[in-house]
Amino acid sequence: MDFQSCVNIKKEWDIVGARQLGRDIARKIGFGTVDQARIATAISELARNIYLYAGTGKVCFEALEDMNQKGIRILAIDSGPGIKELSQVMEDGFSTSGGLGAGLPGVKRLMDDFDITSEEGKGTEITVIKWLR
Amino acid sequence: MSTLKLDLENYKELLQEYIKTQDEQALYQAEQFSKQSMQQNISPEEIINVHIQSLQELYPEMPDYIQASMNFLLETMISYGLAYQEHQSLREKQLELKSEISVAANMQKTLLSTVKPDLEEVDIGALSVPAKQMNGDYHHFVQDGKGSLGIAVADVIGKGVPAALCMSMIKYSMDSYPEMRMDPSVILGSLNRVVERNVDASMFITMFYGLYNSNTHTFSYSSAGHEPGFYYYSDRDEFEEIDVPGLVLGVSSETSYTQYQKKVEKGDMIILLTDGVTECRQGDRFIEQEEILHVIKQYSHLPAQETVENVYKHFERLQDFHLRDDFTLIILKRNV
Repeated sequence: MDFQSCVNIKKEWDIVGARQLGRDIARKIGFGTVDQARIATAISELARNIYLYAGTGKVCFEALEDMNQKGIRILAIDSGPGIKELSQVMEDGFSTSGGLGAGLPGVKRLMDDFDITSEEGKGTEITVIKWLR
Repeated sequence: MSTLKLDLENYKELLQEYIKTQDEQALYQAEQFSKQSMQQNISPEEIINVHIQSLQELYPEMPDYIQASMNFLLETMISYGLAYQEHQSLREKQLELKSEISVAANMQKTLLSTVKPDLEEVDIGALSVPAKQMNGDYHHFVQDGKGSLGIAVADVIGKGVPAALCMSMIKYSMDSYPEMRMDPSVILGSLNRVVERNVDASMFITMFYGLYNSNTHTFSYSSAGHEPGFYYYSDRDEFEEIDVPGLVLGVSSETSYTQYQKKVEKGDMIILLTDGVTECRQGDRFIEQEEILHVIKQYSHLPAQETVENVYKHFERLQDFHLRDDFTLIILKRNV
């Protein structure tokens, strides 16, 4: 995968930068207000996870376009401690955000495709896609 | 998506009507709209989006700051929308769990079922009602075919599923004992070792085991820290607590249990129970022992089964039909 646009996440302020860039790309692709807001919220969640649990990492964006549909792919990648129990963090109500409805299940709901790979001690890679309807 | 578009038209009309008339009718329809939206799992941010679009169509000249403020509102509602969806999925999960538990409760009923024996010499009444779906109390009857009847009453400290799982183990162990070896002290000693080996140290089980010999009319019994039962002397018309020492099951594998014996006369009653009976509450007050005995006495002229049922009904009503703990009551009355 060749991602052109990436935002490095080191400080909390970078979360805003990632949102901004992601929203701009989503708007250019043609997403409406609600979907832009959803995409921005998903980016926030992914970037905040990096900031809080891995320390540093990056969020990258890619516009998708084939014959049938357009969309946005977002990749969040870090070399933090990794997640041991993937099925647990994907469970509703488990998130450390204290059941505020977000967490990774929230990201999954906001987007259309969701994929995660994680290795303890190595890091985590999350790829999500939202299609334009 | 098409239904949502339809709703947009509907919403726009409602909004327009309300802005024009400001009457209750339109507000009532707004309420209906919101309920319908929830039925279709529509998130709050989508409603706001519909609102923004309706405003844009109704007022093309809408100032920029209104538009911007509406977008701001939409953004703040995203997390509420997520929380709402999470709530929906947790609710579904809860329903699933509920039905799973009720299947388990049914299974437990079958697993722990015991047949109340029909004896000529002794009239028996037995009742066990769980406070929640799963019962943490247990009672069991065994007959040896030579006139002896074994009665076990047990209570797991704790309620619900863990208690029920624990009880299934007890029942399984008891089933594996040969029917001719029913000495209460031996049975409790053996169960104690089973519990000590297999159950988490934080879980305790109390048990009373009695053996009624209908040839000699003697009642032998041992207790493992169980709630004391009562003995009723018919000739003196007096109750006496059956309070015997014994450590709860599962504390130490070394524990042994002393066995006691009583001669049962005609008209005497043996009353066995769990703390769900003695810890009945009226408001914040625990009921007194005398009250329980008084109620039992009041119904003791009836056949034993009707006695226990009436006693239960009495305390169920006293507690506003809301049991706080599993309730088990067994009465044995010598007839002839």
